[in-house]
Amino acid sequence: MSAEQTAERSFERYFRANRLPHLWCPGCGNGIAMKAIVQAIEKKGLSQDDTVIVSGIGCSSRASGYMDFDTLHTAHGRAIPFATGIKLANPKLNVVVITGDGDCTAIGGNHFIHGCRRNIDLTVVLFNNNIYGMTGGQASPTTPLGAKATTAPYGSVDRPFDACRLAEASGATYVARSTAFHVRHLSDMIAGGFDNKGFSFIEAMVQCPTAYGRKNKMASPAAMMEWMRDHAVMKAAFDKLPDTEKSAGRFPIGLLYQSEDVDYDTAYEVVKERAGGAGK
Amino acid sequence: MHLKATITVKKLRCKGCGICVAFCPKHVLAVDALSKVFIRDAEACIGCGQCELRCPDYAIFADKVKGAAV
Amino acid sequence: MTKARLMQGNEACAEGALAAGVNFFAGYPITPSTEIAETMARLLPKRGGTFVQMEDEIASMGAILGASLAGAKVMDATSGPGFSLKQELIGYAACAEIPCVVALVQRVGPSTGQPTAPSQGDVMQTRWGTHGDHSILVLSPWSVRETFDASVLAVNYAERFRMPVILLLDEIVGHLRERVVLPEHVETYPRRKPKKTRAEGYQPFAPDDDLVPNVADFGTGYHIHVTGLIHDETGFPSGSPAVTAEAIRRMQEKIARAGEGIVHTEASFMEDAKWAVVAFGGTARTAYEAVRTMRARGGKVGLLRLMTIWPFADAVIARLAKQVRGILVAELSYGQIVHEVRRAAAGACPVALCAKYNMKAFEPAEIVAGIEKLMGGDVK
Repeated sequence: MSAEQTAERSFERYFRANRLPHLWCPGCGNGIAMKAIVQAIEKKGLSQDDTVIVSGIGCSSRASGYMDFDTLHTAHGRAIPFATGIKLANPKLNVVVITGDGDCTAIGGNHFIHGCRRNIDLTVVLFNNNIYGMTGGQASPTTPLGAKATTAPYGSVDRPFDACRLAEASGATYVARSTAFHVRHLSDMIAGGFDNKGFSFIEAMVQCPTAYGRKNKMASPAAMMEWMRDHAVMKAAFDKLPDTEKSAGRFPIGLLYQSEDVDYDTAYEVVKERAGGAGK
Repeated sequence: MHLKATITVKKLRCKGCGICVAFCPKHVLAVDALSKVFIRDAEACIGCGQCELRCPDYAIFADKVKGAAV
Repeated sequence: MTKARLMQGNEACAEGALAAGVNFFAGYPITPSTEIAETMARLLPKRGGTFVQMEDEIASMGAILGASLAGAKVMDATSGPGFSLKQELIGYAACAEIPCVVALVQRVGPSTGQPTAPSQGDVMQTRWGTHGDHSILVLSPWSVRETFDASVLAVNYAERFRMPVILLLDEIVGHLRERVVLPEHVETYPRRKPKKTRAEGYQPFAPDDDLVPNVADFGTGYHIHVTGLIHDETGFPSGSPAVTAEAIRRMQEKIARAGEGIVHTEASFMEDAKWAVVAFGGTARTAYEAVRTMRARGGKVGLLRLMTIWPFADAVIARLAKQVRGILVAELSYGQIVHEVRRAAAGACPVALCAKYNMKAFEPAEIVAGIEKLMGGDVK
């Protein structure tokens, strides 16, 4: 059996083959999350010509360069405003945002909550590795309390965001979470976001063995994924856990929130009708 | 030798992170001195696909052999 | 011709943009530019376009860049503090070559400054506000009617050169109301289109003969990649010194190559002038009156009005400096454009500054006094 056979999987057609291998570190979860996105695109049959991938700045946001669509690598924190402009200018496009915890919840935090509030029809996938990886491991708004980072050498004292609860409170109409361990589930959660006409937010927990793991006694990528396996609990089961169990590092995954609300494109069509410009 | 499954490795993509090794239930895989995965026990492979599922680099692929008993 | 209307400069800015084909506007309220956004909010949906009020000035800049990449002609409007916030993405637009127009209605700064008072203190920020080497195009009209024309021109230049163009108003022109008759039809520059298919080896950032690339709009099947990292003709980032040098050179050269055709200036009473006033925007209105006063007294004084601020009118100023005995630069700041005039004059004649920065527009008498001081009693 040759080890250099070329196995072709159907999802590979969504990648720019000449750009691979990607630049992420050995064991980084971003590659898994990126595959989950293209598999969700494949599952939902989204056209490659009519789908735009928009990313910000950071490790996660390098994903756009590997994906064979119209792709836009924006400035730090600004992926959601760029994506908003794309969607409003051409509503037939499927607009997918790939962002990171620093990109989305720190520098881009205001854009994130207002994208949710507007219920603009985007699918935003947050690769949450709990750290600023590209710059070498500084604390992010999702770094757990007490975890170490180069800018939190004695443990982080900043209370972390729960990005999903933030999205829900801000008006997102589809909020889900999964992990790099639960690859198929993650892909299903993203696919569910494509079905929602409105702001869909999917938090993908991904491991950063290089910048986060090594500082926090989890240098092995597999060990970090085992931690996800052991601490992620499906939402229905999580809701039934006693509070003491909930606080023991466990977190819910699955579809966390969904609501029916008018998306911004639809709402603006009404504005055009009122103004007398519909169909122009 | 009756293989239940074949494993394909794209060595150019493999970064030797060991995720596939860790999640293989049959200890089929190992990482070599050059930080590339290799197949140390092909016959033990049951084609479960755990290695392929979680490979962050799309470097390993498992296919069940048609008609092989698992 | 359409019938005469009483219109504000800010409204004319919006009307010009619409006439030039702008169909997407994102904004955030800020005095004294807000009427531009308000006019767009009212008129764009009537014409099938889209107005969106974003959460801040950075977001509105991001939204117009996204919309532009998706094929829309776009504008955003702001004042000094908002313009400061937009700087990073103005640089992004320069690097990624995204057509866009930002209208900047100046007020007194720095910081929150004097929000409703006129100033021309953002001239250097329009040129050098974002980090790094890049070219920029800045137009500054002096009347309501010309604001309409300059707005059309700004949109056309943004599309032609695929870069950010700044429409630099001051509070005087932005809030000025004048009777205007707008043209029924204006020339518009269409969005540049790829000249090759993917199969023919299309490269989105390969320059055309005018050094400007024909970047495909999103959603047209080209699968392009756009980034603010320095990139080669493919659009993908490159760490190569040669690619970096070429990218930076081309950003400058595409404007330099366009030459004096994009440097719009207007000379009044200059044929026999021995002294000149250089001014732009609202200040040029007062300077014009001051020059007329001097002419009535027999003084051979003319006005050179800059409409294109950047690229700077180097050649025009150089010629002027050889024609006249002295130049007076009148501007509503501590002195910004005067340094450019001195540089371009290169010592061929004295260049004096008439500066004002007390919230008030110039009075003609102040500029007259400046001219007289420069002339030193020479009234021939």
